[in-house]
Amino acid sequence: MIEVKGLTKAYGSFVAIKDVSFTAERGQILGFLGPNGAGKTTTMRIITGFMPATAGRVLVEGLDVFSQSLEARRRIGYLPENPPVYSDMRVEDYLRFVAKLKGVSRNGLDEAVQKAARGCGLEGVMRRICGQLSKGYRQRVGLAAAIVHNPPVLILDEPTIGLDPRQIIEIRKLIRGLAKERTVVLSTHILPEVSQVCDKVVIINDGRVVLEERLDQIARGMSLEDVFLKAIAEEEAHGLVGEAELEEVEAGRSSEPTQ
Amino acid sequence: MRNTLTIAGRELQSYFVQPVAYVVMTVFLLLAGWFFFALLRRFELILEMYAALRNQPGMQNFNLNQAVIEPLLHNLAVVLVILVPAVTMRTFAEEKRTGTYELLLTSPVRTGEIVAGKFLAAGVFVIVMVALAGIYPLILVFFGNPEIGVMFAGYLGLAFVAVCFVAVGLFTSSLTSNQIIAAISSFGALLLLYVISWPAEAGEVQFAGLLRYLSLPEHFAQMVKGIISTQDIVYFLSLIAVALFLTQRSAESARWR
Repeated sequence: MIEVKGLTKAYGSFVAIKDVSFTAERGQILGFLGPNGAGKTTTMRIITGFMPATAGRVLVEGLDVFSQSLEARRRIGYLPENPPVYSDMRVEDYLRFVAKLKGVSRNGLDEAVQKAARGCGLEGVMRRICGQLSKGYRQRVGLAAAIVHNPPVLILDEPTIGLDPRQIIEIRKLIRGLAKERTVVLSTHILPEVSQVCDKVVIINDGRVVLEERLDQIARGMSLEDVFLKAIAEEEAHGLVGEAELEEVEAGRSSEPTQ
Repeated sequence: MRNTLTIAGRELQSYFVQPVAYVVMTVFLLLAGWFFFALLRRFELILEMYAALRNQPGMQNFNLNQAVIEPLLHNLAVVLVILVPAVTMRTFAEEKRTGTYELLLTSPVRTGEIVAGKFLAAGVFVIVMVALAGIYPLILVFFGNPEIGVMFAGYLGLAFVAVCFVAVGLFTSSLTSNQIIAAISSFGALLLLYVISWPAEAGEVQFAGLLRYLSLPEHFAQMVKGIISTQDIVYFLSLIAVALFLTQRSAESARWR
């Protein structure tokens, strides 16, 4: 369960996200959609406790990620945009290191590593050096590291990027399997991915949530693509109404957010 | 504690996998051997000279500790000014660049534990390196009769110097994601620490006492002479504490940027 309430993050005068709120339930896969620079990564970094928000609250399994940070972080598995893999380590050693760091007990270490590796199809590369793996395998190692401590909440920043079609299908299957007893938030550019994998979609544009809807409630005959483009077009038209907001949009374009 | 050890273990492992550790140790031990050889040769020459001149008092005051070990230790401390930044520059800068820092900061680990782990790993590494350079004076024990207590104090001093340098190096590395910048700024800071008392030596200036107190060789020289005083130990420990505190603050601040 993730509750995001009124999240705002400003880098100096640049507002990356503004008053973002949504909820992800257990057993649900939430697709987090938006154009580049919309604030997806910023939002995910705040949820995972990587950085604090300027305003607003995030509750993960009922724990505040700011005030009960360590406890909340224990319950989150996070795959950042670039898998945080040490290129000089063997896959097995890396997963073992991450498991220890995430607080897996000494006795459960072997089992946790084996299980995560099996789930992500890494058995064949356990002795390989991470830096020599292909992008697809590194992505899978990152995903294995995210699930190694069996967290109830998973935050995945573009998990299928760089994978070949067969791997994409496998990873999607894996994520769907994981979501049964977990809360998953998944960001992506790929719209069909959302309709295939997710139960709920949150569309964010220019730092604002423009749509939060269950997939089965989206109007019949309307593809996700239409919904996405319509939501963003509405938002942009709306942005032209007030001059102050227009300035903000321009400021956002001239100074790219650090992602 | 467990987190600190986990991080320290990975860190030490990476020193040896990326052959930084071997290169740094080889360079350090080679240079130490060369200094040792040169100083010993000089020692022998002066001794022969004294003998030829029948300079009894000169010969009596001339000893291995002062003529070989003291200058050797001072030289090695200067070598550390250059080598330690090469060891510590990676610590934070590389993690920030490759994105693994995101893994550390989103794990249930305190920033202090991250800093402690990295400090422990680099500290153990330089202490081992300094200890290995102890083989040279050990040779003297077999072939001559240097004062072992004085020698030990000197090596303890060198270990303190190395660990202080590690703490400063961690701090500069935590400030940037660029390893070159980390190395150069830590090299600059260490060299400054080395020469900070120079204006005071040229004559009485304001704050001369303070400059001398801050000067690292001032305290190191005492230990090299065989004097282990609380004042010097406190100096080294406070330097380490201040540098680590700043590192912790700066590592934590990565979240706020």
